[in-house]
Amino acid sequence: MKNPLEEQSYLMNRRAFLSKSSIGIGTAALGGLLGTSIFSCSSDPAEEVISSTVQGMLSRPHFAPKAKRVIYLFQSGGPSQLELFDYKPLLDKMRGEDLPESVRDGQRLTGMSSGQESFPLANSLFKFKQYGNSGAWLSDLLPYTSKVVDELCIVRSMHTEAINHDPAITFFQTGSQQAGRPSMGSWLSYGLGSENSNLPAFCVLLSRGTGRPFGQPLYSRLWGNGFLHSLHQGVQFRSGKDPVLFLNDPKGMSKMSRRKMLDRVALLNQKQYEEIGDPEIQSRISQYEMAYKMQTSVPELMDITKESDYIYQMYGPDAATPGTFAANCLLARRLAEKGVRFVQLYHMGWDQHDNLPGQIKNQAKDVDQASAALIMDLKQRGMLEDTLVVWGGEFGRTNYSQGALTDKNYGRDHHPRCFSIWMAGGGIKPGIVYGETDEFGYNIVKDPVHVHDFQATLLHLLGIDHEKLTYKYQGRRFRLTDVFGEVVPGILA
Amino acid sequence: MKTYLKYGISISLMLFIGLMACMHTDTESSSHQGLTKKDLPNRIDFNLHIKPILSDRCFKCHGPDESKVEAGLAFHTKEAAFVALGENADRFAIVPGDAQASHLLQRIYSDDSDQMMPPPESNLSLTEYEKELLKQWIVQGAEWKEHWAFLVPVQPEIPKVEASFNANNEIDHFIFSKLSEQNLNPSEPASPEKLIRRLSFDLRGLPPELEDIQSFQENPSEDNYQRIVEKYLDSWAHAERMCNEWLDLARYADTHGYQDDLERIMWPWRDWVLHAFKKNMPYDQFVTWQLAGDLLPDATKEQIIATAFNRNHKITQEGGVISEEYRLEYVTDRTNTFGAAFLGLTFECAKCHDHKYDPISQREYFQVFGYFNNVDEVGLIEPYGAIPEPYITLSDKEMEETLHFINNLDSLKEIPLMVMKDLEKPRKTHILNRGLYDQPQEEVEPQTPTFGILETTNYDKTRKGLAQWLFNEKNPLTARVVVNRLWQQIFGRGIVSTVNDFGNQGALPTHPELLDFLAIKLMEEGWDVRKMIKYMVSSSTYRQSSKASPQLLEKDPENKWLARISSTRLSAEMIRDHALSISGLMVSEIGGPSVKPYQPEGLWNEVTGGGGGTTAKYVQDEGSKNYRRSMYTFWKRTVPPPNMITFDAPSRDLCTVKRETTSTPLQALVLMNDPQFLETSRALAIRALEEKEGKPSEAIQFMFKLATSRSADKEELTVLVGLFEEERNNFEAHPEELDDFLGTQSIAKANAKEQSTLAAMIYLANTIFNLDETIRKG
Repeated sequence: MKNPLEEQSYLMNRRAFLSKSSIGIGTAALGGLLGTSIFSCSSDPAEEVISSTVQGMLSRPHFAPKAKRVIYLFQSGGPSQLELFDYKPLLDKMRGEDLPESVRDGQRLTGMSSGQESFPLANSLFKFKQYGNSGAWLSDLLPYTSKVVDELCIVRSMHTEAINHDPAITFFQTGSQQAGRPSMGSWLSYGLGSENSNLPAFCVLLSRGTGRPFGQPLYSRLWGNGFLHSLHQGVQFRSGKDPVLFLNDPKGMSKMSRRKMLDRVALLNQKQYEEIGDPEIQSRISQYEMAYKMQTSVPELMDITKESDYIYQMYGPDAATPGTFAANCLLARRLAEKGVRFVQLYHMGWDQHDNLPGQIKNQAKDVDQASAALIMDLKQRGMLEDTLVVWGGEFGRTNYSQGALTDKNYGRDHHPRCFSIWMAGGGIKPGIVYGETDEFGYNIVKDPVHVHDFQATLLHLLGIDHEKLTYKYQGRRFRLTDVFGEVVPGILA
Repeated sequence: MKTYLKYGISISLMLFIGLMACMHTDTESSSHQGLTKKDLPNRIDFNLHIKPILSDRCFKCHGPDESKVEAGLAFHTKEAAFVALGENADRFAIVPGDAQASHLLQRIYSDDSDQMMPPPESNLSLTEYEKELLKQWIVQGAEWKEHWAFLVPVQPEIPKVEASFNANNEIDHFIFSKLSEQNLNPSEPASPEKLIRRLSFDLRGLPPELEDIQSFQENPSEDNYQRIVEKYLDSWAHAERMCNEWLDLARYADTHGYQDDLERIMWPWRDWVLHAFKKNMPYDQFVTWQLAGDLLPDATKEQIIATAFNRNHKITQEGGVISEEYRLEYVTDRTNTFGAAFLGLTFECAKCHDHKYDPISQREYFQVFGYFNNVDEVGLIEPYGAIPEPYITLSDKEMEETLHFINNLDSLKEIPLMVMKDLEKPRKTHILNRGLYDQPQEEVEPQTPTFGILETTNYDKTRKGLAQWLFNEKNPLTARVVVNRLWQQIFGRGIVSTVNDFGNQGALPTHPELLDFLAIKLMEEGWDVRKMIKYMVSSSTYRQSSKASPQLLEKDPENKWLARISSTRLSAEMIRDHALSISGLMVSEIGGPSVKPYQPEGLWNEVTGGGGGTTAKYVQDEGSKNYRRSMYTFWKRTVPPPNMITFDAPSRDLCTVKRETTSTPLQALVLMNDPQFLETSRALAIRALEEKEGKPSEAIQFMFKLATSRSADKEELTVLVGLFEEERNNFEAHPEELDDFLGTQSIAKANAKEQSTLAAMIYLANTIFNLDETIRKG
C-alpha cells in the first residue's frame, strides 16, 4: 500500500505545485483550479445569477416551507388498499356476491378482467385492528407500521386517471401519462437546487420485492429530467461495488494519481479557457471537481457498516443486505442527513393479480419494518419535522377477485378510483386518516385526492406554489401538475 | 485550510450551476428583463417586437383557442384584434395612433386587480419596457403583419458587404452585413487544423485523419479545402452522420418502448436511410417515400421499406390496456412527429383544444390526424407474439439483389419489418373531445392545414396527397424547416433557434432573409441536401475562428450573429466514436443489426425483473461488435445506454430535432472510468508507443494531436511529460499498482521498465481523453 503521508503531502502542496507550474496562468485562475474562483469573477455581471441558482431557479420559496426534503417510498405495482389500509367489513358479509352494477357505475376495466363473467367481491384474508390514539384501522400485515400510526397521515381517498402500470406510474412521477416530462424529483432539484455540493439533489434507489419477484418493470425515464437540464436528473445509487455508474477509478490507479491527473487536466483546461474564452470550459473544470468529490462522498454514504446495532435492529435483518428495501431505507436516511433534496425509492412487486394472499404477505414483510423504522429514526434525529416521507403506489386494486375466488386464494385487478397511501413528517398532520371510500371499497365518498392534488400538496410543503414553478419549453409553460391540482389543506399540520 | 477549500469548492460548484442556468435560457431569451425605456427601438416592428409579447402573455385568453377567448377579443388575427368591443360596440382594444382611446393600454397600465392585464391569477405580467413597446407601437400606427413563417419565402436582395470582410458566398453577405449593423467584425479564419477538425466532425461525426490535417496545413488553398469537403461528403461516414440526426427525428429504437419493452426489428429501415444519404437522395423524395412510399404508383419494396419511418413510434403490449386508446396514441405520435419534423410546429398542442398560440384549430389537428389514421393495425399487440401488423418480409435473396443496402450480417433467411399499409376502406376520423379516445365528436375528413392563410388544396386525401402538399412550392414551411435544421447541424444553432417551433411562441429568425434565400436555393436546386451542406461549409462564415474575446462574449453570448463559430461539445455518439477512432479500435462496418457493446452489468435486469424477452438481460456482444460506431448501439427505450444518455442523447420516446448540450459531473465519471474509455486509452497508448518507437515525449505529442487535431505547445507538453514521468516513477515504486493497472492483459513479455512506461502512457491517454478540448469540435 501507498504511504498515506505521500498522498497527504501532495494534497498539501497542490497550491504550490500549481502556482509554480510552467504554464503562466494568472493567480485568479489558479484560485479557480483550487476551488476559490468566486473572487476572481466578482465583477462578473453573472454573479447575481450564480448566487441565486445555487438555490434553484426560485431565489426564495413562494412561502415558508415545512419540509426541506422528501423521501418517497414508491410501492410499484399497485399495493392492495383492501389488505393493508382500507378495512371493509361489508366485504366479509358479501364475500362471493357479484359487484353491484350500481357501484361499478361504468368504471372502465382493464383487459385482464373485463372478460370475466362475474365480479365476485373478495374480502381481505388478513384481519384488521385499530391502532394508536388515532384508532386507525390497519391489517395484520403491518405490525411495525401499526406502531408508528400516530405519526402517519393515511389518505384513503387517492384516485388516478390511468389504469395500467406504465401510464399510471409515469403519471404519478411526472404529471403526464405519456413519457417526456420531468420527474417530481427533477422539478424540486430545478426549483430548489441542492443543499449539498458533494451529492446530486435527486437520488434513486431500487429494490425488488419477494412477493412477486418477476413483477412489473421500471423505466429509467421515471427519474428522468425530461426537458429540464440534465443536472436535475435522478442519479441511481446501486448496490454493489460501483454505487454510481463509473464512480470507481480503475484498479491500480491510486486516489493520488487521480488527483494529480485531474489537477493537470484542470490546468490545461484553464489554459485553453484563457485562449478561447468559452465559459463552458470553466463549468467543466468545476464539474470534474464535483465528480472527484463524489468519488469520496458516495462510498462514504453507501458504507453502512458503521451504523449501530440498534439501528440494524430497528430496520430489521434485511438492512444488512445491500439492495433490499430495508437497506435502501437506511441509505435514504443517510442521504437525507446529507441534505439530498429528493430521495426516491422504488420497491417492485406489488402487482397481485392472482395468488394475492401469499404474495402480499411477503411484499408487506419486505417493507413494513423498515418503513416504520425510517419514521422512528428520522424522529429520534429531529429530522422528521422537516422531512416529508411518502409511502404508496400508482393505483389501487379491485374489490372483486380477478380469477377464481377460493377459500384461500384470490387476486385483484387494477383500480384507479380509490386507493390508499400514507405521508408523514414535513408539515403533514400526524395521526389522522383522511378521506373515505364507500362500504364496498370501490368509490370515494369523502375528500377525494387526485394525483395532481397530491403533487400540488407535496410542492406546497416544500414552499412552492405548484402553479408558479414552471418551465417554458416549446413555447409553453409546463408544470408538474399540468393545468390541474389543488393543495389539500385537510392534511396539513 | 481544509474548511477554506471546502468553502471554495462549493462556490465553484455554484459557479458551475450558475453557468448551466445561463446556458439554458435559450427558450426564455425573448425576455425583456432589465431593459428600460431608453432601449426602445426607433421603429417598432409587429413581428419582431409586438407579436412575441401578445403571444406569450395574452394568447392564453385572447388567442387562437376559440373556447377560451375572453370578451370576444383575440390578438392572433388582425380582424379579431381590431374588433369593436362592449355592448355598444363602441370600444376598441387598439386604436391606431391613439394611445388614449386604446383600451389595451388602459388595462395593461391599470393598478386595479379587477382591471389589470394580464390578470394576477394568470401568473403572467408585463415589464415596463414591454408596456412601453405596446404603447409606442400603437402611437406609431399599430401596423399589423402576418406571421412570417406562414408567408411564402421571397427571394431577397443580396446585401452588400465591406470588401475587407472577404465574403466567399452569399451566406457571408447576409451574415457580415448584419455584423456591420451590430458593430461587430468577423473573426479571423480558424487555424487549418481546427478548421479540418470542425469540418470532419460536422460532416462525418469523426475526427480528421492526420494526413488531411497535414495536407491542409501545407496547402491551405481553396482547392485543397474543397477536395477535403468532397472527400468527406462522399464517404459512408457522412451518411452515418446524417443518419444519426435522422434517427433522433424519427424516434428510432430497437424496442417497443412501453412496459415490457420488447425487442423490434427496425434496423433494415435504418439501413435504407443510410443508403439514401449515401446516394444523396433529394430531400423531397426522401421524405415522400417515408411518408407515402406504399401509396406511390407501382410501389417498390424499397419505397415500402422507407415507410417504416411511421412505425418507429412506441407500441404497447401491456396486458389489459384498451387497444383503441393506444392505437389512437400511435396516430397521435405520427401526427405530432409530422408537425415537428416537417413543419416545425408544435402540433401536439392542438389535440385537446385549439392551439393556444398558433393558428391550428383542434379540427385542423384531426384533419391531419386523419391521414395517419387508416393503418391496418391494433393498439395492443399480443405480448411476446408475432411482429405487429402491418409488415413485410424481406428475403435473403432480395437482400442480396434489389435490397442490397440492407446489411444482412447474420445471414437470416427472412427479416420482417413493420411498414405502413392502409385499410381498403378508410377509418372514420372524429374530433376527440379533450383528445380522449372514448369521446369522439364530429367526423372530419383528411385535409391539409391552412394556418388561416394558405389555400386549401385538392390533393388526394391520403398520405401521398399530404406529401405533395408538403413539397408544393407554395408551402412556406417545409424548405425553411429543413435548411434551418441543416444550419443548426453545421453552425450549432438554427437561424430560428427553436428548430421545432416556427410558430408564435418560437424564436424569430436572426437572419430572415438568409433563411428565405437558403430555402429558395434548396428548392431550386432540386432539394439537394449535400449541395446545401457543401455551400454552407464553403462560406467564410463557417471558416472563422471559434475564439471568443470577452467583448464579443458580452455583446453576443449566444453567438446569434456569428462573429465567430461556436466550438460546441461533441455529441454523445461523437465522443465515443472519437475515442474508438483515434485508438484504432473502430470497426467500420456499415449498417446491419444493432450491436451491444460493453455496458455496466445489471442495468437491464435491475428494472425488467425478467420480463422483456430478449431485452430482459443485457448480453454484451463479443469481438468486433464492441467497436462499431455508436449509432449502431442497441437502443432499449426504457433503459437506454447510460453513456449516451449522460451526454444528452434523447430517450427516443418522441421525435427530437434539437439536443441540449449540458455539462455534469456524471459526464466526467464516464470519461474517467467507463471501461470503454479505459480500453481506448490502453489501445491509444499502445498505438502511440509503437508508432513513436517507445519515445515517451513523442508518443504523448502524437496522442495529443490525435485527440485535439493540433500539436501541444511547449508548456503543455512539459506538463504532460512531467505527469508521465511522475506516474512512471510511481508505477516503478509500486509494482502492485502496476500489476493491478495493467491487469491480466498486461504485455507479459516486456520488462519492468517497459511495463511501467506502458502503464504511465495509458494513464496519459486517459488524461488526454478528459481534456475539454478533446470533446470539442474546434
